[in-house]
Amino acid sequence: MSAILSSASVAHVEYVLSIADSSLILGHRLSEWCGHGPVLEEDIALTNVALDLIGQARSLYTHAGALEGNGRDEDQFAFTRSADEFRNVSIVELPNGDYAHTIVRNFLFTAFQRELWTVLQASADARLAEIARKSSKETNYHFQHASDWSIRLGDGTEQSHARMQDALEALWPFTGEFFSSPASGESAAGAKCPAWSTLERGWHESVRPVLDVATLRIPERSSFLSRGKEGLHGEHMRDLLAEMQHLQRTYPNCKW
Amino acid sequence: MDRKEWPLWEVFIRSRNGLDHKHCGSVHAADPSMALKNARDVFTRRMEGVSVWVVRADDIIASDPDAKPEMFDPAEDKIYRHPTFYTLPDEVGHM
Repeated sequence: MSAILSSASVAHVEYVLSIADSSLILGHRLSEWCGHGPVLEEDIALTNVALDLIGQARSLYTHAGALEGNGRDEDQFAFTRSADEFRNVSIVELPNGDYAHTIVRNFLFTAFQRELWTVLQASADARLAEIARKSSKETNYHFQHASDWSIRLGDGTEQSHARMQDALEALWPFTGEFFSSPASGESAAGAKCPAWSTLERGWHESVRPVLDVATLRIPERSSFLSRGKEGLHGEHMRDLLAEMQHLQRTYPNCKW
Repeated sequence: MDRKEWPLWEVFIRSRNGLDHKHCGSVHAADPSMALKNARDVFTRRMEGVSVWVVRADDIIASDPDAKPEMFDPAEDKIYRHPTFYTLPDEVGHM
């Protein structure tokens, strides 16, 4: 029998899923670089980031399952939901593109995650605060890694600069979603789930100086707004899930 | 094709406080900070270390492998250089 949740509790679960799904989907995208990195050291570095992200997702799914009380575990959240049930921000589901796109996305998203973990450490949801504390150490390193490469490539050769600027133009419009209201259910869940719109200023303050050093130009604000966290995903999400969930879909409950 | 490879760096890791840094391998990197991060990512994934040193491989002065006979062989028959020929008073205990 399913537990009946109040609307505030549903909002709370959705909020946690939004964070978990964003980590998982970016983790999956980065795992696609495994064996394809530009140099061995970067290949391993990106795989490390991917594993950290998937680890964050696992803790958050387990927590979401406990909040929900219907016995769903991390695997069920990751492998048995359809695209419209995923609450990740859209930027993480986009294909990796070239290395510039991969780095710029990591940079923009991990800068956001840093802000998020910071406020979540004060969440009234003690378990969520604990996960945020552990994850923030990982994310600080991810942000540093992405910042270093943004500067190296942005302020690098003519070609690397052009590719980085292209990537920034392509990905910047997706950052509006970080702060658009509401992340599913954030308002209803109150002090446990701080509103993402409050993170915008801090995010800008950490992103801007790095882009300046990287000699990259911040694109104009656009009216485009992606809506992945409401479950509205693009075509790439279906392909990503088809691959990620293939095994569980084909052989339900299989273990390996 | 002319491929400019990043220089090689030797990596030394200290596994715990109080222990020495030990050589554990090498990484390629464009500069010191990248070398440190690459070393961290390649060699400390399984909690191997609490401290990392990197040194440009070019900056290490190594003995010539062909010079082994004159460098090291002469020590072979100088067994008296090991401090194992002294009788120690019992009161000293383990040294």
